[in-house]
Amino acid sequence: MRRFQLALPRNIDECVKFLAERGPETKVIAGGTDLLPQMKNGLLKPAAVVDLSGVADLRTLRRQDGSGLRVGASVTAREIERDAYVRSAYPALAESGALVGSVQIRNLATVGGNLCNAAPSADMAPPLLALEAEAVVAGPRGRRRVSLSDFFTGVRRTVLAPDELLVELIVPALGPRSGGQYLRHTPRRELDIAVVGVASQITMSDGVCAKARIALAAVAPTPIRATAAEQALEGRPLTAEQIGRAATLAVEAARPISDQRGSADFRRHLVAVLTRRTLTTALERAAR
Amino acid sequence: MAKQVLSFTLNDSETDVLVQPYVTLLDALREDLELTGPKEGCGTGDCGACTVHLDGKPVASCLVLALQARGRSVRTIEGLGRFDALHPLQDAFVRLGVPQCGFCIPGVLMAAAALLAENPHPSEEEIRYGIAGNLCRCTGYTKMLAAITEAAGVAPARRA
Repeated sequence: MRRFQLALPRNIDECVKFLAERGPETKVIAGGTDLLPQMKNGLLKPAAVVDLSGVADLRTLRRQDGSGLRVGASVTAREIERDAYVRSAYPALAESGALVGSVQIRNLATVGGNLCNAAPSADMAPPLLALEAEAVVAGPRGRRRVSLSDFFTGVRRTVLAPDELLVELIVPALGPRSGGQYLRHTPRRELDIAVVGVASQITMSDGVCAKARIALAAVAPTPIRATAAEQALEGRPLTAEQIGRAATLAVEAARPISDQRGSADFRRHLVAVLTRRTLTTALERAAR
Repeated sequence: MAKQVLSFTLNDSETDVLVQPYVTLLDALREDLELTGPKEGCGTGDCGACTVHLDGKPVASCLVLALQARGRSVRTIEGLGRFDALHPLQDAFVRLGVPQCGFCIPGVLMAAAALLAENPHPSEEEIRYGIAGNLCRCTGYTKMLAAITEAAGVAPARRA
């Protein structure tokens, strides 16, 4: 690994101050599970690295009465996977955390890192998109909120300026009769990267779908929402036929490439299958 | 670049060591503290040979910067048991002849010890997931599974 200067801030202000001075030549390290492999193989050569492990404010995972969940950027995938409230109220998010890497990786890898690394296949992105999470971003001019659907701008690119830091995600509260699921396809069961990932999140009311949100990973340059599929479901009962129609529309939203993980055709097939399965499970969970 | 002091708890002992800011915890353990139990297999978090406990949780020490361990507690295989009082997992691994080449074993033991500390009576499925982040190129998983099952039955919740 090329040598670098390491900054050890104790709070968000110190972190932002360092980024304001050295931002363009600096990388932020949280869990390090994406950053260090890229630095070891020479893909990234930052002159300075800012370590977030001493910033306690970034590690809070807390339920807000009536207004959802706040997930600090440094909360680990393992904490997301195991937190009792996340598992019961936001199972799609808990499921995505449980799929990241191995347990040795999940104890390090963070929600913020998964999003800021901005891989098209980031597992925690689809559930957070489907849950309409907002990102809180700190910078030299104060804080701003960005809808997660506007956060990703390209492969490994986000709206974050070099002097900005992702602080937390705000996940809105869900109404009664809501349900969701995240599923991905991988050739191996553990330590693999999604060929396709799909999160579905629905809210039912009087037997019809009041709200549907569907998000896809690894089928476009960024994680994306399948909005036409969502709109086709809203206001209708979720019959097998409606779910099948949404799956077809989700495939139309995908713009997959062919690579060593799978062909574009296989990925389109997976979008249909996983959209159908996640919507079916979301409906079952909404009935509980 | 100037070395910095890393103060942390290593295998229950308060430890200070001078490290470069750009070295990993694995390299600091092996090169500066001469604890060569944790191994570098891949260096990218895929193989689990470098597994240590950081504040009681198993992590890939090749993906942690040494200074990220400041003020925290690290346990390596050297601190899991003692020569005269092996951890029940070590005892079972010896008795059942689990190690073949042995390179992956420190990492497997640390992953298994963390699993049992969290879940003293894991199912077979849970044991398999508990060591899914550890690759054994001799493919000795069958005996690992047997030894972890036995250790869990004999002496479940010792310290991780």
